[in-house]
Amino acid sequence: MNPLRADLQIVADWVDSGERVLDLGCGDGRLLRYLFDSRNATGYGLEIDPEGITQSLANGINVIESDLDEGLADFEDDAFDQVILTQTLQAVQRPDQLLREMLRVGRTGIVTFPNFAYYKLRYHLAVRGRMPMSDALSYAWYETPNIHFCTIDDFEALCEELGIHILERRVVSHDLKEPLLARFLPNLFGEVALYRICRADR
Amino acid sequence: MSEQFPEDSVGLVTPAHVRFDEALELESGHSLPGFELAYETYGELNAEASNAILVCHALSGNHHAAGYYEHGERKPGWWEACIGPGKPLDTNRFFIVCSNNIGGCHGSTGPVSDNPDTGKPYGADFPMVTVRDWVRSQARLADYLGVERWAAVAGGSLGGMQALQWAIDLPERIRHAVVIAAAPRLSAQNIAFNEVARQAIRSDPDFHEGRYAVAGSRPRTGLMLARMLGHITYLSEAAMGAKFGRDRRGEEDDFGFHYDVEFEVESYLRHQGQSFVDRFDANTYLLMTKALDYFDPAAKFGGDLERALKQVKAQFLVASFTSDWRFPPSASREIVRALLDTNKRVSYAEIRADHGHDAFLMPVPRYIDVFGTYMQRVAAEVGA
Repeated sequence: MNPLRADLQIVADWVDSGERVLDLGCGDGRLLRYLFDSRNATGYGLEIDPEGITQSLANGINVIESDLDEGLADFEDDAFDQVILTQTLQAVQRPDQLLREMLRVGRTGIVTFPNFAYYKLRYHLAVRGRMPMSDALSYAWYETPNIHFCTIDDFEALCEELGIHILERRVVSHDLKEPLLARFLPNLFGEVALYRICRADR
Repeated sequence: MSEQFPEDSVGLVTPAHVRFDEALELESGHSLPGFELAYETYGELNAEASNAILVCHALSGNHHAAGYYEHGERKPGWWEACIGPGKPLDTNRFFIVCSNNIGGCHGSTGPVSDNPDTGKPYGADFPMVTVRDWVRSQARLADYLGVERWAAVAGGSLGGMQALQWAIDLPERIRHAVVIAAAPRLSAQNIAFNEVARQAIRSDPDFHEGRYAVAGSRPRTGLMLARMLGHITYLSEAAMGAKFGRDRRGEEDDFGFHYDVEFEVESYLRHQGQSFVDRFDANTYLLMTKALDYFDPAAKFGGDLERALKQVKAQFLVASFTSDWRFPPSASREIVRALLDTNKRVSYAEIRADHGHDAFLMPVPRYIDVFGTYMQRVAAEVGA
């Protein structure tokens, strides 16, 4: 089977054996397939893109055509061990509401997103005066599905506001290296952020 | 004679008949002393009998799901879009079975069959049948064909409801259920349409309380109206608009100020209605609409569909079409939701299509893609 996208490997390592997983925006279903095979996980993928849905079917996962902007009303409270949202937070209408929904239907959540405060992106905007593009952000401004960019500091502030507890954070470059500088100044040197979260009242 | 059929068609087919002499107790409390099923098969049953698929037909369908009865025939079976070599229900891999439902009028025991008690056609005396009755009658066909467990039961509309009922009633005998453009139960609006159709038939002076065969007549007008009404609801406004618009027949620019056919859509509906009357029985139409209205697998579980699905072992593919207002995506989603809440394995696709409910019969590319991809998975699983 195809290797996992680099950031997905970290995500997969956060999933324990036999867990029930919901993958929001599952794409071609590769992560779930990997979790089914290597972790004996069960669960569903939600996807809106027809191509992704067909590929997910071909990958043998359970995929439900869904619009994340309509919430997760099809799922009951605490139906999953893990609800995963990779590289999709910035593309939904209301990231705050989706985060709440994630932690309503799931015990824990995993969120990954491109850090908009990454120094190269800052350079694009501050020095060149152009909307940023990078290896992790490859769309031009007029065609991007990404409508709600945020930074590592923004995300953590939102978690605070929503009563979400951060269990673990990883900050990496797009090729999954963990630059030394990102350890000290994550919001400046981290290109992709990965979080494990749960409700603070748990 | 040279082959005249498309390469992806099963080509010439011949219907088969089988008679079951053991009585069939019906949900209504009545029983049939025995019954006959007309059916067709396409493809070959493998040695393990693991590659068999049951296709269930909708309201006005029958066992002729694919292929042609003779050379030069214009119209193939009703699910030609999905059954054949290389199609989603790939006859190179699967053994496909489609039977005419009991109560039907194309060879299976129904109102046009002779009542053994009287030697005359049953007509109105044919007992009402339900989707569960059909499942039980089809289980006998499975026994007869040596199929312990269907690789899949598939259908659209009322056929999809049968697939769902199969998964509920005989969980050990079905690996996959393919439920297309269906609903867990009919809405009030749906029942209302069915009731208008029934009243059209029953109020026809030639109906004779359903004993029209004995009276030597047929309620042609009523059945035609029923079909015309049904046909409107199977199409979307956009599809009708695109196909007919306000186009009128003939050359004249002016209105005719008469009640003969003037608009193309009138012509189309009348043609659909009239050709339907030639191939369908009014009592069967009444029975089928009642079976639709009664279908509600949750009813026996206090209206709780999740409880109804508890014993289900099958994996599901559920699909709906965006422009289908007779069995809208929201109805399919209800099925999906209940399956999700009971941790069943389910996939769901909402296909963008303008054809309305009838889209399930059409070769809509994404529909074929989704259905085909899923069935390849089934084929791999059963070694087909």
